[in-house]
Amino acid sequence: MKKKTSSKSQPKPITRRNFLKGTAAGAATLAIPVGTSDASIWQSFFQKHFQEMSKAEMAEVIKRMEKEYAKKYKTSFNIKTTGALPDTLFGYGLDLSRCIGCRRCVYACVRENNQSRDPQIHYISVLEFEKGHKWVSDLEEADKYYNPEEVPEDGHFYMPVQCQQCENPPCVKVCPTKATWKEPDGIVVIDYNWCIGCRFCMAACPYGARRFNWGEPQIPKEELNPKTHYLGNRPRYKGVVEKCTFCIQRVRDNPGKYPACVEICPVGARKFGNLLDPKSEIRYLIENKRVFRLKEDLNTSPKFYYFFAT
Amino acid sequence: MSSHTKFITLVAVALAVSFLTLSTQALSSESHKAEKPKTSEIPKNYDTPKYFVPPPPFSEGIFPCSDCHEDMDVNPERRELEDEHVEISEMFNHASDQRWCLDCHNPDDRDVLRLANGDLVSFEESYNLCGQCHGTIFRDWKAGIHGKRTGEWNGRKQYRLCVHCHNPHSPKFKAIKPLPPPNNPLEIKYKKLSDEEIPRNPLGNIQ
Repeated sequence: MKKKTSSKSQPKPITRRNFLKGTAAGAATLAIPVGTSDASIWQSFFQKHFQEMSKAEMAEVIKRMEKEYAKKYKTSFNIKTTGALPDTLFGYGLDLSRCIGCRRCVYACVRENNQSRDPQIHYISVLEFEKGHKWVSDLEEADKYYNPEEVPEDGHFYMPVQCQQCENPPCVKVCPTKATWKEPDGIVVIDYNWCIGCRFCMAACPYGARRFNWGEPQIPKEELNPKTHYLGNRPRYKGVVEKCTFCIQRVRDNPGKYPACVEICPVGARKFGNLLDPKSEIRYLIENKRVFRLKEDLNTSPKFYYFFAT
Repeated sequence: MSSHTKFITLVAVALAVSFLTLSTQALSSESHKAEKPKTSEIPKNYDTPKYFVPPPPFSEGIFPCSDCHEDMDVNPERRELEDEHVEISEMFNHASDQRWCLDCHNPDDRDVLRLANGDLVSFEESYNLCGQCHGTIFRDWKAGIHGKRTGEWNGRKQYRLCVHCHNPHSPKFKAIKPLPPPNNPLEIKYKKLSDEEIPRNPLGNIQ
């Protein structure tokens, strides 16, 4: 029998492969509830990675997102996308000889960064150690749940731990979707719309600095902070990872404000500045005080410097 | 008149005029000295630039000190204070064996402080007084390392005076109540809450 050589005049026969392709596309279309919602679900589904968006696309996304948040939280949000300042590499200093473990920083951070109140998320863990006992070599032995009448407790000292903003961040290496990366000013950020919640980054972080939204974040309406940044304190979703961003929404302005934890600290133990500016506070303390970085032997190269002013 | 006499007269007039000017100047500076220097007129000859500090934390109604002290005799004796400043007398533990009121407070004008070398400083710049003994801390404070800073990391920074955190008469930082510890991870149980049920931030309005 002669094989057909031309099929131009006849319709293409439906092969098994084409049939399956068509069915899959059809099913995907049906899965999106067209009747009950506007185009924003489509747009958020096909939203590009933050670093790959053009200016126009970014503006479009922000507009849509502000609308979504306004609907969800019944209050208007401002989402900035401010980029890194030139010649800036942020560094942080924490004076262990001053910290009294009062946890003001923990809750100032919660207030500024719209963390979920229930299930509870804190970016800062304040560790309490007994003087003279094992310390930086054995963080597991620290007490995170201390609750005396007054602090500092006799015979104890305190060490708050948060994201160390590593120059060589292990969390970034393991992310399968590139949803977390290091910005030019040294801040390690997360695109909450690209995070798939696999929590590899949490396993990779040697400092236990990342937090997971096990449930839909819940924040009282009057405590929402509407001044947000896309890569920072905008409200998160259930199933995404979040962490300290050095208050990216505050520090990236010019002039930029100090992070919330720096401003609240009643003993002035927290210092912040530009590592590339020789006249900055952070450079002064690195050059003049006894300084160490946590788990330096892991080659993560944190930009978070613990120091002793006395 | 001959030219000779003309010359003599001129010289005499010139001399008289210059004498008069000099004597009035001397007189006016004499009268200036007698006046008490106002706080705002104290020469600022320290190498500290102007720091942005909030006003000193005076107790209600205690300043200006001269309101009471102007008409009182100066008593430099170490003693229990009984009528006024009783609480200061009770709390005083700032190297109290070596120190008494007039080591820092100026006896002649109580509205200013006095350094060991006799220079006067205002309460707004009291860090110059503290810095006499606490030199290393003063250096760190000027660099922004000691003490609380707020404001802009690359702009205007709000400093605080030493006395905003340390009571000058009892300087050790006082213990405070810690905010609540975090929930144990075992307690995480997701439940949809109404807005009223969501736990509030225990920080409240603390700034």
